Amino acid sequence: MSRPSTKISELRLDHVTREFGGVRALDGLDLTITGGEFVALLGPSGCGKSTALNCLAGLLPLTGGTITLDGRRIDTLQPEQRGFGMVFQNYALFPHMSVRSNIGFGLRMAKVPKADARRRVDEAIRLVQLEEHADKFPGQLSGGQQQRVAIARAIVLEPPLVLMDEPLSNLDAKLRLEMRTEIKRIHQTLGLTTIYVTHDQEEALSLADRLVLLRQGRVQQIGSPEEVYTEPANRFVAGFMGYRNEIELPVSQVNEKTVVLDGLGGGLTGVRRDDLGERVVAAIRPEDFTVGDGPNATEITVEVVEYQGREQAIQGRTGDGVDLHLRADARLAPGDRVTVSVPPERVLVFAAESPAAPEEVA
Amino acid sequence: MAAAPAVARPRISLRHRLAERGIDRTLLLLLPAVVFVVALFIYPFVYGLQLSFQPQAGSDAANKYGTGPFATYRLFFADPYLRNTIWTTLKIGLPAALFNVLASVPIAYRMRGRFRGKRAVTTILVVPITLGTVLTAEGLLAFMGPTGWLNRILLDVGIVDHPVRLTHNYWGVVFSLTITGFPFAFLLTLSYLTGIDPTLERAASTLGAGWWQRFRHITLPLLAPGLAITFCLSFVLAFSVFPSAIMVGEPARQTRVISIAAFHAAFEQYDYSMASAIAMIMGAVELVVIGLVLAWRARLYKGATGGKG
Repeated sequence: MSRPSTKISELRLDHVTREFGGVRALDGLDLTITGGEFVALLGPSGCGKSTALNCLAGLLPLTGGTITLDGRRIDTLQPEQRGFGMVFQNYALFPHMSVRSNIGFGLRMAKVPKADARRRVDEAIRLVQLEEHADKFPGQLSGGQQQRVAIARAIVLEPPLVLMDEPLSNLDAKLRLEMRTEIKRIHQTLGLTTIYVTHDQEEALSLADRLVLLRQGRVQQIGSPEEVYTEPANRFVAGFMGYRNEIELPVSQVNEKTVVLDGLGGGLTGVRRDDLGERVVAAIRPEDFTVGDGPNATEITVEVVEYQGREQAIQGRTGDGVDLHLRADARLAPGDRVTVSVPPERVLVFAAESPAAPEEVA
Repeated sequence: MAAAPAVARPRISLRHRLAERGIDRTLLLLLPAVVFVVALFIYPFVYGLQLSFQPQAGSDAANKYGTGPFATYRLFFADPYLRNTIWTTLKIGLPAALFNVLASVPIAYRMRGRFRGKRAVTTILVVPITLGTVLTAEGLLAFMGPTGWLNRILLDVGIVDHPVRLTHNYWGVVFSLTITGFPFAFLLTLSYLTGIDPTLERAASTLGAGWWQRFRHITLPLLAPGLAITFCLSFVLAFSVFPSAIMVGEPARQTRVISIAAFHAAFEQYDYSMASAIAMIMGAVELVVIGLVLAWRARLYKGATGGKG
């Protein structure tokens, strides 16, 4: 059902800014998206990701900057003139219309001939696997089914851009995984350019071709999932990408690529990731620790053990009072004293005060 | 202790036993309200109903149609002076209620959401509800009467040669009903409208619907059941018009509404039986109109509209 005419080649955001009563919710977002790409805007609540999406949809006027689609300026257009599909967090299905009418609403507005519209609605219903529910009303559907309707409604027009605003956050864990796969499958089938807003790093990593990390309205890092995951640009991105241990320690020695920090047993050696200031932070993922002797070894007392199937999530404390989070296969109990170690290349050392907006990394 | 004595079946509390039969004792708290309704509504209604079937000896109805139970009703429908009050009242009440509801929609539509000065505007729109009919009528006479400001301005500017007659006729009553009825309709409509999730319209706009299409296909269908209720209440208010029909209307002819006929029977002819019959007919007409509106409403979507506005 692909119609190449609706495909875009480039969407450019130039210094897109949105203020709310003097507060910059979005501060100079520069982003270029190529046709067919799946881009995730990722960040904690209040970082400006939803603002960015609403600005793109035309639901919020910009206070600065421009948006151009294939060289045509669109930020001055009304939402109904942009023709982007949008999936809302609360689905926003029309409660008085059947599934079929909900999905067909956009086609009806576009005055697509009835037979053609019906065929396209049927295709969309098949794509989201709602054949048996086509004549039901939204109130009769489960959350997951409602979300499928919302997605079908947004894509049936094959819009140049699909915007998704935390579409999975109202679903339970199992359904969320299911729908995530579904969204990925639909993107692979139709190849529609998609911008996806989420606060869930796992969701963003698994779905997107490219991630944009936002914090307080400013871009922190733009890159492929792998880049962002393995080479976070600053302390904030690292914290967001699962580096749960953020240990502030004094610097004892700075080399060209590595840094040695005081504390954690005989000192902690790590990779230098920033121009370091006075205070630095070592970021370590829980799963990078191993129980047993090795590099960067330190002894901890186990305090909390959470059973997580094959592994245990452990929170322990070192002799000098630093809390560590780690994962271990070994069966440990609170009160156990064990030695843990972590390879130096898995210890990322950042300046404690990250610059608010570093250069684009990608 | 060797063998414990056979454990007596634990006594189930009264509350649980009642609950099994679907009885909730807290419902007893409704009793005062029920007594109130029975004493102040149902009893007077039933009393009036039976009174209407007992024509008073010596009354017009008894003289013309005997003392059978339907004499008062026969008189009402046979005498055009009485019968026509139904049409007179409908002619005033229906347009006034319709206008109030229709006018409240665009204003409430603009008034939802947050903006500066919303409270001030709402206050101005709602204040007339507190004025009371008499004060409104006084104001209307002073403003729109033959020597009121409006006519003086129109005369001075030269738009009209003679004062325009806007009081002591049909229009005076309609104006009065609009002034007192609009705030009521507006408040109801506003609350129905804010109950519709604003994301729905945003979703519609991303699907290519302009403002009229959004209103026509999304907001209006979701609002319509609420508008039906608002219309019913506005209509009942307007249909029972009495003070303004006398003060700013022409109670002898053009605005001789049904409540004037009932008043006339009760307090000028002292024919309570006839007055009760007129009151019953008045109630029946209201029920017919409300029934028609609710029958139409039953065909609409009435489920959830998405909550907060």
